[in-house]
Amino acid sequence: MTITRDEVAHLARLARLALDETELDHLSGQLDVILNSVARVREVAAADIPPTSHAVPLTNVFRPDALRPSLAREEVLAMAPAAEEGRFRVPRILDEV
Amino acid sequence: MTLLADFTDAVARYEAVIGLETHVELGTTSKMFCGCATEFGAPPNTQVCPTCLGLPGSLPVINENAILFAVRIGLALHSSIADWCRFARKNYFYPDMPKNFQISQYDEPLCVGGHLDVEVDGQTHRVGITRVHLEEDTGKSLHVGGATGRIHGATHSLVDYNRAGIPLVEIVTEPEIRSPEVARAYVVELRELMVALGVSDARMEQGSLRCDANVSLRQHGESRLGTRSETKNLNSLRSVERAVRYEISRQAARLDAGGRVVQETRHYDEGTGTTSGGRTKEESTDYRYFPEPDLTPLALSADYVAAVRYDLPELPAQRRARMAEKFGFSPLDLEQMRNGGVLDRVEETIAAGAPPAEARAWWLNDLARRAAEAGREPAELAITGPDVARVIGMVAAGTLTSALARQVVDGVLAGEGPPDEVVATRGLAVVRDESALGAAVDEAIAANPDVADKVRGGKLPAVGALVGAVMKATKGQADAQAVRALLLERLGQG
Repeated sequence: MTITRDEVAHLARLARLALDETELDHLSGQLDVILNSVARVREVAAADIPPTSHAVPLTNVFRPDALRPSLAREEVLAMAPAAEEGRFRVPRILDEV
Repeated sequence: MTLLADFTDAVARYEAVIGLETHVELGTTSKMFCGCATEFGAPPNTQVCPTCLGLPGSLPVINENAILFAVRIGLALHSSIADWCRFARKNYFYPDMPKNFQISQYDEPLCVGGHLDVEVDGQTHRVGITRVHLEEDTGKSLHVGGATGRIHGATHSLVDYNRAGIPLVEIVTEPEIRSPEVARAYVVELRELMVALGVSDARMEQGSLRCDANVSLRQHGESRLGTRSETKNLNSLRSVERAVRYEISRQAARLDAGGRVVQETRHYDEGTGTTSGGRTKEESTDYRYFPEPDLTPLALSADYVAAVRYDLPELPAQRRARMAEKFGFSPLDLEQMRNGGVLDRVEETIAAGAPPAEARAWWLNDLARRAAEAGREPAELAITGPDVARVIGMVAAGTLTSALARQVVDGVLAGEGPPDEVVATRGLAVVRDESALGAAVDEAIAANPDVADKVRGGKLPAVGALVGAVMKATKGQADAQAVRALLLERLGQG
């Protein structure tokens, strides 16, 4: 086992995913297979081959420090589930976990 | 009720180990990854776009000035600049980040190592810098329904995303600070450095410089670190010092009672000067950092870094050393001028020709007092360094007495124009006209025959009353020394 059922449950909680017991069993098994497959790459990756984080070999892509128009506030708040005083209204933050 | 140990006792028994994490909002025109404005105080949610709101399909692009500013900071702190580093996603669910992750740097910070020297009571303390990394600021939450806007007990929160995505630099010190005073002095020095570098206005009251303090205690001589608390929300220099003092007293009382310090995030209450516990700290693995796939890695060339280094302005410490050497200021003089925020003004005054000691005295005494009366900073007064130098020059030339000089300053501050204009319109020049002065002297002698007789009889101190009469008659525009000499001459005592 490269990942335990408890770890999957923990990850699910961090990702705010409500998984029931059956789903946890199912996903734990699947993730284990995936991780084992990825682990096989490690067997061929030599120390002088750095891990790839970006598929395109580009660096230093910058933009000039210039203003561009922002969205209109009505448009922004129209996307909010609730708004008040020009702000996004969100449920109580603490005690939610 | 939180038990507190006496602070002096606490530091006699334990060594305090303090590390600071300072967040500085960079003063770029646009945000870190999009073209939204960074203006402080704009109406909520008017400086947001699909990128900083994390809408699907939007892509971040790095602001070149954010990189430039961060490199300036790193070089000024003697850090080494990474020739290769990446941004990382810090994943967490909290409404202050609409994307549900913050773009930050994790194991590959832009700047590594370095130090900042800070001075307290003439002693230099070198504070090691662990790292300086770039990230984006979060939105600002307003907590409703709880006590005094705190998140605890709030029924709901209102979020403004104008701040979300503003470039932020996090500067982390080594746990090398040993006292609340040095902690405060570090923030003072860092703030001055940010302003001198032109990378941030570093205004704590507006949140563009914010500080968290990691504090732990250990027995003197112990090399292992104790368990630390991390106090957030330190929004003024006073808060930094008070919060650290409070934590030292609190932790000492716990350890004295045989208890343990809990590793946690604590919230500082500026009103009461106390800290209170909050959430216990997440494991950093819970943030599930991974390299940000939407941004290319940074690979700054040695040439780029050298060019930024070449363009660095004079740094505050270098400037103080120069002012000490060139103008003869003592460390205490410099500390007073720094604390008074008048270094720039004093230097301008000297540059306009005033002797350093007088320039310093004017700004630290007379002008500081007037600023205090007006509830402002001396540097905000409506008088320039050259104005002050001109007034000092006129006193030295004898065309103004110090009393008249103060009236001239009044006039300049009241918006009546530069010193020469105030002198002309208020008619404030010293009366040099010998005949006018002679007439006033004769009048004073005639009006006070008794006093005059005493002086004639050899009681020289009595002349003071006559000097006073002449000064009154000339509305303070005569030179008291000259008046005294003239009186004594007329009364046969010259």
